[in-house]
Amino acid sequence: MKGWSRPLLAITGLLLLWQLVVTGLSVPEYILPAPVAVLARLYTDAGLLWSHALVTLAEMLMALVLGVGLGLVTALCLLSCTRLRIWLLPLLLLTQAMPLFALAPLLMLWLGYGMASKVAAAVLMVFFPVTNSFYDGLRHTNRDWLDLASTLNARSRATLMLVRCPAALPSLASGLRTAVVIVPIGAVAGEWVGSSAGLGYLMMQANARLWVDLLFAALFLLALCTVALYYLTDWWLRRLISWHKPS
Amino acid sequence: MLDIHLQAASLTYGSRCVFDKLDLSLPGGHWTCMLGSSGVGKTTLIRMLAGLMADSDTVRYQGQVSCGDGKPLQGRCAWMAQQDSLLPWCSALDNVLLGERLRHGRLWCTRSALSEQRDRAMVLLQELGLADLAERLPHQLSGGQRQRVALARTLMENRPVVLMDEPFAALDAITRLRLQDMAARMLEGRTVLLITHDPLEAVRLGHQVLELRGRPARLAPPLVPPGLPPRPLDDPRLLALQGQLLAQLREDSIHNEQGLDSNDRPDIREADA
Ligand SMILES: Nc1ncnc2c1ncn2[C@@H]1O[C@H](COP(=O)(O)OP(=O)(O)OP(=O)(O)O)[C@@H](O)[C@H]1O
Ligand SMILES: [Mg+2]
Repeated sequence: MKGWSRPLLAITGLLLLWQLVVTGLSVPEYILPAPVAVLARLYTDAGLLWSHALVTLAEMLMALVLGVGLGLVTALCLLSCTRLRIWLLPLLLLTQAMPLFALAPLLMLWLGYGMASKVAAAVLMVFFPVTNSFYDGLRHTNRDWLDLASTLNARSRATLMLVRCPAALPSLASGLRTAVVIVPIGAVAGEWVGSSAGLGYLMMQANARLWVDLLFAALFLLALCTVALYYLTDWWLRRLISWHKPS
Repeated sequence: MLDIHLQAASLTYGSRCVFDKLDLSLPGGHWTCMLGSSGVGKTTLIRMLAGLMADSDTVRYQGQVSCGDGKPLQGRCAWMAQQDSLLPWCSALDNVLLGERLRHGRLWCTRSALSEQRDRAMVLLQELGLADLAERLPHQLSGGQRQRVALARTLMENRPVVLMDEPFAALDAITRLRLQDMAARMLEGRTVLLITHDPLEAVRLGHQVLELRGRPARLAPPLVPPGLPPRPLDDPRLLALQGQLLAQLREDSIHNEQGLDSNDRPDIREADA
């Protein structure tokens, strides 16, 4: 419980300060709503907010599954096919060099108005950090372990799966943590370009109508989802690689 | 009992010549202990024997490894590195079974598929006093226990030739003695090359003791301690030999620091067989 008390205290303090500023300077509602107003919105429009949050959450989760899968496969390809590497690497960089906000409209054009285009945008965000961190981990396997495998007459596939991949897990874990945090960017950017559901859509609508408290409520939910996802992933990864003791 | 010969071995890292036309013989069924100051090229030599050197832009090497029976050594020697190099995500038992896993046709073989080998691994762990720790991960073991697991993994392979690079270096004196005895008993009859910094360990365990020295490195003539290994510690001849070796090692290190090539000294000839 002690680990939670400090962040909780910090957040409460921040909210209090916010409330004081808004009431003290009597900031208009459409510039900065008071936290109390946002909380009220969260309560009264809970059904609406929740239904949109579910859509965004689904997009994020799908993008994570696809993006991580794609990232893992790409990293393995980069490692095992030397000839493929010189072609694949510049291509990968190209996908990252183009800003997502420029690509999102194209994705909508190709994949339609529905979830697919949002998932694709989020996959584009996610898969690069995963590929990068996993590939890096795969390349830097402890020399001794590889030498050992070779003196044990290991099959090269077995060395890859039983030595290289597990050894790359700590590195992959840092990529996964990054992925979980940036996946909402892709999903929300996709929703902004054109959609009929999702927190991004709700934010656009609220913004256009100057319902700033609803905008903040949606933002709060998005942040909550991301933080929850991060801590869940972190907890799971810690358990998975409990053998890894950082020096 | 497999004799091993390394002939005319030369190796350079970039412009640094580690050894040039070096010959080394490991008599079959005997322990050969090798001493030498730090950085002289012992690890390099043992890795070359194990077939772990790869030609690259910076490493150039030549040399012939031949076995008494005319077949290649590749795949017939077990290698135990300076660090225990246990896989940190595998339990002690799984580390001992690593070789079986890596050679198995199916990748995700369960333990029941390896039941026979598993039993053998458990027997080995038991002999080394690790039966209760079989399910522990390496980071839950002490340095000496990890080293014993590494020894069990080496023994599990049951190879005729065993190459060990300072296997007991990081241990306290008592643990080291116990491990030396275990290793001597369990590796009896194999062809063993043991690299060590400890002259006492060398004269206790070796049928012959070699010293690598100089730049490029050469081998001093082999020293053959009296009696059969593992020799009792209270043998005064052993202590005398240890003192002699220590004095020799110190002299070599002084010569190295003065930039003299210790190979030019008249009392040392190359140990050709
Ligand atoms: N990959 C490498 N590239 C360049 N030089 C190297 C490389 N590996 C080792 N060396 C050099 O070659 C020499 C021999 O190294 P080696 O590891 O064989 O020494 P060693 O006798 O095992 O020493 P120690 O007793 O400290 O383990 C050293 O001077 C080292 O600096
Ligand atoms: Mg060494």
